[in-house]
Amino acid sequence: MKYKEAGLVTFLQLLVYGLQLGSIYALLAIGYTMVFGIIRMINMAHGDFLMIGSYAVYFLVSIFFADQMIGPAIALLVVMIAAGITGMIGVGVERIAYKPLRKRSTISTMIAAIGVSLFTQNFFRAIPAIGPNPRMGPKLLVDKLFFIGPVQLSMARIIVIILSLIIMAILYAVVMNTKIGIQMRAVSCDKDASSLMGADVNRVISTTFFIGAGLAAISGAFYANSYPVLTVTMGATLGNKAFIAAVIGGIGDIRGAVLGGYIMGVIEIMISAVYSELAYGFSFVALIIILLFKPEGLLGKPMVEKV
Amino acid sequence: MILEVNNLQVNYGAIKAVKGISFYVNEGEIVTLIGANGAGKTTTLRAISGLERVHTGTVKFKGEDITNIAPHKIVGMGLTHVPEGRRIFTNLTVMENLRMAALLVKDKGEISKSFDEVFELFPRLKERRTQSTLTLSGGEQQMLAVGRAIVTGGDLVVLDEPSMGLAPMIVDEIFNVILRLNKEGATILLNEQNAYMALSIADRAYVLETGNITLEGTGKDLLDNPAVQDAYLGS
Ligand SMILES: Nc1ncnc2c1ncn2[C@@H]1O[C@H](COP(=O)(O)OP(=O)(O)O)[C@@H](O)[C@H]1O
Ligand SMILES: [Mg+2]
Repeated sequence: MKYKEAGLVTFLQLLVYGLQLGSIYALLAIGYTMVFGIIRMINMAHGDFLMIGSYAVYFLVSIFFADQMIGPAIALLVVMIAAGITGMIGVGVERIAYKPLRKRSTISTMIAAIGVSLFTQNFFRAIPAIGPNPRMGPKLLVDKLFFIGPVQLSMARIIVIILSLIIMAILYAVVMNTKIGIQMRAVSCDKDASSLMGADVNRVISTTFFIGAGLAAISGAFYANSYPVLTVTMGATLGNKAFIAAVIGGIGDIRGAVLGGYIMGVIEIMISAVYSELAYGFSFVALIIILLFKPEGLLGKPMVEKV
Repeated sequence: MILEVNNLQVNYGAIKAVKGISFYVNEGEIVTLIGANGAGKTTTLRAISGLERVHTGTVKFKGEDITNIAPHKIVGMGLTHVPEGRRIFTNLTVMENLRMAALLVKDKGEISKSFDEVFELFPRLKERRTQSTLTLSGGEQQMLAVGRAIVTGGDLVVLDEPSMGLAPMIVDEIFNVILRLNKEGATILLNEQNAYMALSIADRAYVLETGNITLEGTGKDLLDNPAVQDAYLGS
């Protein structure tokens, strides 16, 4: 094989890795962006929903299935149930910790979110069944490797990418076309006016948290399938990167979060192929460069302050 | 009596914006609240719709106590509120704004009929129905705000300064639609600084001054009242 060709093969393989990691970031970034869109709040605890989701998968599998080989249909069901559980926890967190602060300053809600994050991590650590030591996440999808020409591909990674794209397309269709989607967009623009049209603003905000936390859980399940080491702090680093992705794409814009997620994933994999210690730091460099040229993010609209 | 406000008091922290006012609206009437900027007109309407907390007093709508009930429930009972400053959803298209207004309307046929009615009354909105509302002029935004109220279709339609910032011709157009809504059976409660216009179409009117009602009467009485002429009608 010629040298140049080998380079292309490596590139394509890395691209698949990058798109898979990007899918995980994108699913997580959507939650940041939707919550910001609807209540103008950076939910610093959002990454912890990913952690909760991956533990939910872990417990569902270890409690109900002696054998970890559960097959793709049941695996998908497990992920959906984990997403539902995490979604409900997201709704609860908003009701208990954020809703009472809704009319307060951004800084109060941000501190509340940091508090929720610290509490969640330490509370999970204190549960004996979880504890401080890492757990091995279950393999939901047994990987198969196959070749297209000289390029070796992983079935599990491609399935994660395709499922993520399907989920995000469904979400986009829901937000653009359904009654609840229009309400979410209207509430993000003007809560009073939305309630005057008959929208139950609290319910719409709860729905947004349910979707955001649920997607974070799915993201966690996908992450754990490739990197099966579960810890109570796993959501923090991933959450930071997804937050950067949301900002790069233009916070408040769902398509932006997806674009930002894929950019982050691909850059991270490509950089770590060269020098792995650099990857995390480079995410911040990418963020700064993009924000220098486009302060509102790639797809974001310049912020119009409401009077 | 479709609306009955009794001893309504609304505060913003230490500021007493509405200081215990009472008034009523009969079914089929057009009633207007006039008063200078800061008199408490908007606060009154927002408290009626559940957007501001009522400190003391009661609001009754169709005989039911709606004091401090959530706004979306009040809309569901048939009270539609066109807010001050139009409050169009600028991230939605014209059509999506109307669809939002149809949220509580169950009957699909009724919804499409009301869309047709809005587009017939305001042909300019029809041309722009798939466009972003950011491109609308102030007048077109007000048409959309009134259009949303038509789609929501309440028995009592409350409008907060629909003429604000609009060219005279557009003001006429909007007021004609308000009159038509009234003829079709809706009761109207209207806030206006444009007192002449409001008093000319109103059955009855109340004058609000720094949170108190200082005068009331038929629209015609107040138009002829020298004090009102001095303070609100210019000359
Ligand atoms: N959100 C608010 N916070 C504090 N004060 C307010 C607020 N809204 C209105 N006010 C005050 O309440 C009084 C009545 O205002 P408003 O109801 O808007 O009057 P109007 O609609 O007649 O112009 C004014 O003194 C105004 O400054
Ligand atoms: Mg006002």
